[in-house]
Amino acid sequence: MPGFLPPFFPEGEHFGLLAEYDSPGALFHACEKVRDAGYSKWDAHSPFPIHGIEKAMGIGRSRLPYVTLVCGLTGVIGGMALQLWANGIAYPMIISGKPFFNWQPYVPITFECGILLAALSTVFGMFAFNKLPMHFHPLFGVERFEKVTDDGFFISVEAWDPKFDAAATERLLASTGATNVQLVPRRGATS
Amino acid sequence: MSAGHAVTVDPAQHSGKALGRLTGIGAVLGVIGLGASLALAGGTKQFYFSWLVAYMYFLSIALGALFFVLVHTVTRAAWGVTLRRVVENVMATLPVFALLFVPIWLGRHEIYEWMHAEAAAHNPIIQGKAAFLNEGFWFTRAIFYFVAWSVLATWFSTQSQKQDETGEERISARLRGAAPIGIVLFALTTTFATIDWMMSLEPMWYSTMIGVYFFSGAVVAILSFTLLLVHFAYAQGALRGVVTVEHLQDVAKLLFGFTIFWAYIAFSQYFLIWYANIPEETIYYMKRQVGSWQSAGMMLALGHFLVPFFFLMPRAVKRQSALLIVMAIWQLLMHFLDLHWCIMPNLHPEGMKLGLTDVAAFAAVGGIFLAALGWVSSRRALVPLRDPRLPESLSFENV
Repeated sequence: MPGFLPPFFPEGEHFGLLAEYDSPGALFHACEKVRDAGYSKWDAHSPFPIHGIEKAMGIGRSRLPYVTLVCGLTGVIGGMALQLWANGIAYPMIISGKPFFNWQPYVPITFECGILLAALSTVFGMFAFNKLPMHFHPLFGVERFEKVTDDGFFISVEAWDPKFDAAATERLLASTGATNVQLVPRRGATS
Repeated sequence: MSAGHAVTVDPAQHSGKALGRLTGIGAVLGVIGLGASLALAGGTKQFYFSWLVAYMYFLSIALGALFFVLVHTVTRAAWGVTLRRVVENVMATLPVFALLFVPIWLGRHEIYEWMHAEAAAHNPIIQGKAAFLNEGFWFTRAIFYFVAWSVLATWFSTQSQKQDETGEERISARLRGAAPIGIVLFALTTTFATIDWMMSLEPMWYSTMIGVYFFSGAVVAILSFTLLLVHFAYAQGALRGVVTVEHLQDVAKLLFGFTIFWAYIAFSQYFLIWYANIPEETIYYMKRQVGSWQSAGMMLALGHFLVPFFFLMPRAVKRQSALLIVMAIWQLLMHFLDLHWCIMPNLHPEGMKLGLTDVAAFAAVGGIFLAALGWVSSRRALVPLRDPRLPESLSFENV
């Protein structure tokens, strides 16, 4: 059964190749080989975090902080501007004898607006970069892949990777010490 | 490198002698500064006020070090073990501050208006505070602070040194048990010391935030100072490969955080007083809006917060020694301006007047402080050699 939302993947007959490893160490070194072979659209799957795997996979720094910065500053400017406009121009009111344009009481709300947008943009930016929510993934159709929450270690190489070639990639994965390599169909099928 | 792996740090390469050169530099600076400040303004109000600013400045660095060590111990932190000894050395200079307090004690009648009998006689508010603000109690409290700080600093420092020889894990556990009590003592003594020595300069005024204000600046100062000390040790060939870029990045993160904390506290104090608009409270900021004091205040908002905030934000900056040194020196200058701005308007209400006496007193207190720091450092290793979490700290990496 396909999921509620279509996976954000290009069309094609196959999702890619799935290789299984019997230990985190084997997965780690296989990642280094796949990285060095120049693949970019691929991922490693493990039941638990493996220290240093991001370096073995050649993953760079996240772009998320820039999203946070831009949205945080937007919140700061927007929060201050809203209060200055509302209390100074649109509806000026005398409150405890203070001037209409005074930045001091607006600072806490400005700060909160900055934090609010920064926090929300970080969470939703993280969702966006991770392509979440994703209710279905072609790997879920592979019965063997269920081990990934228990004792299975996998590498999946996606078919739309520019370097992907079903035969050559399969040979590469087999040479990294995989115990099993299989082709994964585009939509959930069994095997 | 796993935590169980036997890791040793070469005590010869990472000897405290790397910081030993500070003794000579400090002694020369101290003697010149002391001579110059006495020759320039010995015995005058200017001398005592300049001394007070310099004293609070270096005291804040040493107290910041005490705080850092206590928190590091109580949180059972592993990341900073390799640089903890450097901070411990700064902390261990605290007993010297009892000696450096002598000029303040001598000049107490010049500095603190409320100690004048005639000032109190005509002022019912000062009379009302007499139970707390009287010379005898003021002095007793000062003694209490020095005892508390000296005992805490000396004990934590010597126990850590003892572990270098025996390698007992029990020592870590013992320190961890005592650290919470130390933190409570630290919080109370630092707050009351700020009230006694800085807030009582204006006996009619009060702020419940002045203690934490001083504390926030103190942490910014010790983090900046630690960055400088580590690089000074690098230049002598020590600490390289032990305190790595990962540790520097963490110190810089804390510096970033406490810079924001300082701004938060500074603004909160200003904001509440501004909003309530009660004359006995607003007098503090009224004084600081006169002439060049106004510009100094603006400079603090910009230089002590906004510039470092954006400067320290990128990860790359926090891992770049040259930029960290620039920022550390900048924040240490700003911290001086901060204390100058807090204390000096009582002497020069007409506007900021930074003079040679200020520089000389700064060199005097700073020189003696550095000499003590160099002396303490040179007597032991610059790394806690046998701390149980040293291997973990050595292999620490930011993810």
